[in-house]
Amino acid sequence: MAPEPLHRALGLTDDEFERIRATLGRDPNRNELAMYGVMWSEHCSYKSSRIYLRELPAEGPSVLVGPGQDAGVVDVGDGLAVAFKMESHSHPSALEPYQGAATGVGGVVRDIVAMGARPIASLDPLMFGPLSEERNRRLFEGVVAGIGGYGNCIGVPTVGGEVKFAEPHSLNPTINVMCVGVAPVERLVTSTREVHEGSFLVLFGASTGRDGIGGVSVLASRTLEEGSEENHPSVQIGDPFAEKLLIEVSLELVARDLLEGLRDLGAAGITCAVSESAARAGLGVELDLDAVPLRAPDLEAFEILTSESQERMLAIVEPSKLDEVMEVCGRWGLASPVVGRLVAGGGLRVVMGGVTVADVPARSLADEGPEYDRPIAEPAWLTDLLEDDPTFTTVTAEPRDAFLAILSSPNVASKRWVFEQYDQLVQGGTVLGPGADAAVVRIEGTLKGLALSTDGKGRFGFLDPYLGAAHAVAEAARNVATVGATPLAITNCLNFGNPERSEVMWQLAGSIRGMADACRALETPVTGGDVSFYDESGTSAIWPTPVIGMLGLLPDHRFLVRPGFRPGHLVYVLGETFPELGGSEFAEVVLGKVTGRPPALDLERERALQQLLVEAARSDLLASAHDCSDGGLAVTLAESAIAGEAGFAIALPGDLPWYATLFSESASRAVVSIAPEKTDLFEAAASAHGVPFARVGETGGPRMVFDTWFEVAVEDARVVYEGTIPRLLAGVSLSVA
Amino acid sequence: MIAKPRVGVVTFPGSLDDRDAIRAVAFMGGEGVPLWHADHDLRGADAVILPGGFSYGDYLRTGAIARFAPIMNEVRSFAERGGPVAGISNGFQILCEAGLLPGALIRNRTLRFVCRVVDVRVETSLSPLTGGLVAGEVLQIPVKHGEGQFVASPEDLVRIEAEGLVAFRYCASDGGIDEEHNVSGSANAIAGVRNDAGNVVGLMPHPEHAVDPDLGPTGGQPLLASLLARALVRA
Repeated sequence: MAPEPLHRALGLTDDEFERIRATLGRDPNRNELAMYGVMWSEHCSYKSSRIYLRELPAEGPSVLVGPGQDAGVVDVGDGLAVAFKMESHSHPSALEPYQGAATGVGGVVRDIVAMGARPIASLDPLMFGPLSEERNRRLFEGVVAGIGGYGNCIGVPTVGGEVKFAEPHSLNPTINVMCVGVAPVERLVTSTREVHEGSFLVLFGASTGRDGIGGVSVLASRTLEEGSEENHPSVQIGDPFAEKLLIEVSLELVARDLLEGLRDLGAAGITCAVSESAARAGLGVELDLDAVPLRAPDLEAFEILTSESQERMLAIVEPSKLDEVMEVCGRWGLASPVVGRLVAGGGLRVVMGGVTVADVPARSLADEGPEYDRPIAEPAWLTDLLEDDPTFTTVTAEPRDAFLAILSSPNVASKRWVFEQYDQLVQGGTVLGPGADAAVVRIEGTLKGLALSTDGKGRFGFLDPYLGAAHAVAEAARNVATVGATPLAITNCLNFGNPERSEVMWQLAGSIRGMADACRALETPVTGGDVSFYDESGTSAIWPTPVIGMLGLLPDHRFLVRPGFRPGHLVYVLGETFPELGGSEFAEVVLGKVTGRPPALDLERERALQQLLVEAARSDLLASAHDCSDGGLAVTLAESAIAGEAGFAIALPGDLPWYATLFSESASRAVVSIAPEKTDLFEAAASAHGVPFARVGETGGPRMVFDTWFEVAVEDARVVYEGTIPRLLAGVSLSVA
Repeated sequence: MIAKPRVGVVTFPGSLDDRDAIRAVAFMGGEGVPLWHADHDLRGADAVILPGGFSYGDYLRTGAIARFAPIMNEVRSFAERGGPVAGISNGFQILCEAGLLPGALIRNRTLRFVCRVVDVRVETSLSPLTGGLVAGEVLQIPVKHGEGQFVASPEDLVRIEAEGLVAFRYCASDGGIDEEHNVSGSANAIAGVRNDAGNVVGLMPHPEHAVDPDLGPTGGQPLLASLLARALVRA
């Protein structure tokens, strides 16, 4: 059998190889081929998703930097900008959970730093297979430890993120990381900065090793199969101490206005940072690989060019400022060699040992990658699932049993075990930490609070990709509005299976349409994101899961609203409850089904509810507010009771059966509590916004009284709610009576 | 007008809560003075805080490299002259490594990092952080550490207890000591200790993260107020 041609081993198709030959007018050498291999990989070039990503609304009055740079940036007033970005590190984490997750944190933090912003918060949306399996427990524990091990050591608080469990994520956990940073607008390092011919490329930070060679092409752009442990060398190893120094050095260089440009070295390493920098400047580069500090002396050119060694950044520095840059790097003990220079023309010429080892047009790497319109087809298996609507199933469970089963389901239960392993407090800005609807981090020196939420609706997306994505946007915006913040903009990570399969592309196309429609209606433009394809093993893909990272703004963080009940207030349900149990937590946990149609979503109603929540928060009308989502009204009420250590007695209106009233996951709802003297004002506001509301009971006492159906002591509910994850990890099976 | 007490806060490479300590000192009415690990100058500080973080990455052993930083010579002689020194979390670990405090800190008994608000019982007034408090008072302060289990040899532990060198213990909200509330699994639930002279103290909880009521509990206020009072005497 003939050996596999080199270009295929590097992940390039025969057509792509021909295209490279046409660009160069000759055969590429192996260094050049390696560079195209990483830059034209799915991960770097978005070749399968780009035609859809263009449909996303990217414009808005507050957007300063949209998609295409290291991070999106939004104006939050008073001369301040917020940079934010979400990325996936699912593939490395599946192979090596601790390092995979750790380097995921490091990568997205550097994206924020590259914009000139100080990272002030991280959030980690995660999905794993069920914890009943030992392998999933190991991945879960490793990923959480890795996020903590890295994040805690760099001084960026981890303030939120969600954790969910589903069988399709068993072999392919979904590991996303979002980072948020703040900078004065005038200090932002964007691609509109003027870059001059003759300026130096300074590579600062860690040295370059053999780790992560071809990570994007070998690892991130293929499915993981049996035996993929052989890909271990493609997983990078993190050094958070070096990252911390890199953050401080980068921000000092920016503050002293010493840079023309700043790039993170992440996916595709030096090749990506250099080619994109040159392409943006409309210039070429002379790159000297002999100047790159190496961990092993015998690294070959293609390895240096594609290594994904962590904790490195590339600065563009005009000659007169070079000495000052060296001084700053030296004070923090970081190497900072000049590795290249911007030159006229558009060529990227790479020299090693005095010999040219690669010479290609920079734009051909950065901007002229392939783009595919892949076949799409709705999967035939979906029809049966949609028709099996659990809303109309005969339910034999007792209400109290169903409630406790749902409250203790790993998806719903408290994630305290996870969050306690993260430093939530460093930097002294965390006003509201993990576990609430949204995290709130204040901006130092101001009263402004940033409200942050990440949301994915995997179960809904599996049944209806359009609705799954639209619900994810709506819920993320609702979460932010629930704490009193105005939703401003989103970033996202699209987690999908193999794009070469038509049903996966159909899922992607629907998801992006859903995200686009919801973002338009809620006026939250998409400022960037990441696409993680090939999250499948065999033909078993993960649930198609666009994870939304929402940024909201509280002009005064002291007006934030928390989810916990306090005694003596009146409880209101906002929005309407319909018999919608398709894709619900109730259907999965109580009926054992992931079937039916997800709830409908009326974006006008959603918007009205959010506007009411924000206005009521600013008028100080709300004693508590909590979004209604997984597990329906019953879980929302119970979480507010547990958070505030105060019970309630409620009678829910309507003539739906108990299970639909309590567990339906209809959209655009929230539960608020209000002091008696403020109810008139609140009801008037709700009516003015056209939001349906029902006063359903009162807070207080040690028990949660659900109509005539059942009651549970708040303390008993807390034990169940908080005990689930630790018990599952201890290998103790759950029996909830 | 009385000069504000100057509290030096050392930044080692890898320090994380240094800005937070400076902010907390300012919040309590003092002046936070940034100090750099490689310098030989305390810049006229009336008290010194070694802040939390992961100095030099703490890859070898927590605090093991930081104790050799040039600034530590100045901190040591400052302490020998009776200057008030407080080590918080990683700063506590550094003071133990430097021999300025007894005992050592190893990985939490759970082997996991823990970030949580805990109750801490004051055990003595004879430390720069507790001059304004009496033994038995209970404060709510967050911990956030992976290596906060206080250990000492049996003989040292006897001496630490006999000589009243325990400054803080983890406790229940009513001040009771039990294993359930001993968040790091420390010997005798010890959360912080002082030196013989009573001018050097270290603790794992983070008082600088418990001063601003907008952010949570304020159990750190009386501790930093005590430090500022002590510094003012020297100012």
